[in-house]
Amino acid sequence: MPERLIEVENLKVQFATEDGLVKAVDGVSFELSRGQVLGIVGESGSGKSVTAMTLLGLTRDRNTRFEGAVRYKGRNVLEMDEEELQEVRGNEMSMIFQDPMTSLNPVYTIGDQIREAIQIHQRADKRTARKRAIELLQQVGIPNADSRVDNYPHEFSGGMRQRAMIAMALACNPDVLIADEPTTALDVTIQAQIIELIDRLKDEFNSAVILITHDLGVVAEIADEIVVMYAGRVVERADTRALFYDPQMPYTWGLLGSIPRLDRPKQERLHSIKGTPPSLIRTPAGCKFRPRCPHAFDKCMEEPDLVNRVEDPHHLDRCWLGVNEKRKLREATLAGEEEAA
Amino acid sequence: MSERDGEPALVEVESLKKYFPIRKGLLQREVGRVHAVDDVSFAVHEGETLGLVGESGCGKSTLGRTIVRLLEPTAGSVAFEGRDISKLGTRRLRPLRREMQMVFQDPYASLNPRKRVGSIIGTPLKIHGVEKSAQRERVQELLETVGLSPEHYNRFPHEFSGGQRQRIGVARALALRPKLIVADEPVSALDVSIQSQMLNLLDDLQKELRLTYIFIAHDLSVVRHVSNRIAVMYLGKIVELSPAEELYQRPIMPYTEALLSAVPIPDPDLSAKRERIVLQGDVPSPIKPPSGCRFHPRCRYMTDICREVEPPLVTYGNDHLAACHHPLNVDKETLSRAEVSRRHSPNAADAGAKPRDPARPIPGTR
Repeated sequence: MPERLIEVENLKVQFATEDGLVKAVDGVSFELSRGQVLGIVGESGSGKSVTAMTLLGLTRDRNTRFEGAVRYKGRNVLEMDEEELQEVRGNEMSMIFQDPMTSLNPVYTIGDQIREAIQIHQRADKRTARKRAIELLQQVGIPNADSRVDNYPHEFSGGMRQRAMIAMALACNPDVLIADEPTTALDVTIQAQIIELIDRLKDEFNSAVILITHDLGVVAEIADEIVVMYAGRVVERADTRALFYDPQMPYTWGLLGSIPRLDRPKQERLHSIKGTPPSLIRTPAGCKFRPRCPHAFDKCMEEPDLVNRVEDPHHLDRCWLGVNEKRKLREATLAGEEEAA
Repeated sequence: MSERDGEPALVEVESLKKYFPIRKGLLQREVGRVHAVDDVSFAVHEGETLGLVGESGCGKSTLGRTIVRLLEPTAGSVAFEGRDISKLGTRRLRPLRREMQMVFQDPYASLNPRKRVGSIIGTPLKIHGVEKSAQRERVQELLETVGLSPEHYNRFPHEFSGGQRQRIGVARALALRPKLIVADEPVSALDVSIQSQMLNLLDDLQKELRLTYIFIAHDLSVVRHVSNRIAVMYLGKIVELSPAEELYQRPIMPYTEALLSAVPIPDPDLSAKRERIVLQGDVPSPIKPPSGCRFHPRCRYMTDICREVEPPLVTYGNDHLAACHHPLNVDKETLSRAEVSRRHSPNAADAGAKPRDPARPIPGTR
């Protein structure tokens, strides 16, 4: 049994704003073990990034309220003070952000920024830290790392900047790497390189990865388990194959159906989920997906719990529909056919 | 869609070039040029959608903007309905602006946050002298056409979601009943569930209003869904031009093959089985593009000739063109019948550059 690294238990994150209380994360639970890749999938505003940032204590603010627990090796991150958090960040868990253009400081060299991460977290002198920075750049596949280390971010291409970000995140051998949309700003060819890199480094560093994305294609390749989020909650959670081949939540199969697929004959029209995601201030009553769900019925006015409803005990979902009924209903959607109005 | 030689094309691009000068120093001397679009020729027919794909920096957006004259071409010509518009002055160009419109990528940046929706969509009507009384009605009609409600007339852009804002951008483009719409990554900033709504809308509008689209995108699966023909660009050149389905079934240019194989497929078993060509490195600088075939430094089929001779666009029948010395998926017979396309690469060095050897299989793969 691999070591359990993270346990998130009924996490709630709420922001007080002028317009009202934003329930960004509303009762999220999952676990992560060493060697595992967990995919968190959802649209913008589903709470996936807030969840990730909360794992590192990055959402703390005067207007923020937390409930539940985020346990890292048994210690609750939500209760740590800044000093303890500083120990955890970088050393134990680190994060790669979406936009490599804005998350690097343009006035320092790449090498200086990686060196800084090493010197803050480990007692290393400047020379050793620089040597380590070069090693890291080599590991993430930057050619001529020993001269490139002195380049500024603008001298790197988008893909190389993302590699540099990964090098920085790995600087202190963290156990958990959180990647928030690491490939969204990149071209497909570069995306393929970065995904391959993250997968390889996970094994080399014997760590675990949380991969946050809106792209189901990306998680299909490397995730072991997938959590689908909608309006601040987990609506489905399953092993990767189960999620793709036996999706239980109409939202999940709607997402799967709306992707134009290269591996299938071209469709005349694309399936689409009608409407838009709800506001997180006033979420709909009952099942949060109900207003957009073509299969909603009376019972959906009551919110279903995230529980196991199928043969596979690891597979959880929030949907009142009977399993057999769902398996029949989803066929047309998964084939990408348009919803009968 | 075939070449349709008899019928004049809606847009005819010939040897179009757009270079951006790089200036340095006190005297702002030109020290180099970015070859953003470098000798590109193609035609777009009425009612069709031409997809334009490539990685960032390949010149696809520049090409789109040069066609509608948001940028001045460095050389070459663009003919719209048979008339060369690349040298027209501002005044003579104005009536043509009605016919060609753009939809931009970022629905947050392309709408003025201080203007109400009614005025955003109404501005083109005002500029082109539509009577004031008719303006409001037309705008409300447009809002309905793109799936918004006429009551949205007095709202500001910030009151809308990304998908709705993109619909406003489309309504603005449609205001003057254009013939051609150049859509530059119109769905890439949208969520998956919204993206498919938008693609369906563009499809409906095309059928209803007989629009012609030039659809610029980096996402090959999206492009396939909307396009009749697809042009693949690399470093300022069109390297393959083909009917949409054929490009996916039978890519000829190794770059296209690599692009296709990099698209993630939302199916774990299939994606594990698939052979993945991971291109090494980045797109080279368009300031000093590589010699010969511009793709050669990243190509796994590369031989000496690729480094020295630039391959011209060669037509392989069925309206499928590609620029490659070692074409894929081409049998001996097709290769012998293939001809250098004068129409699509009029400035190509000589017919001697016609490919002779198909690509050899790479050892260790299927």
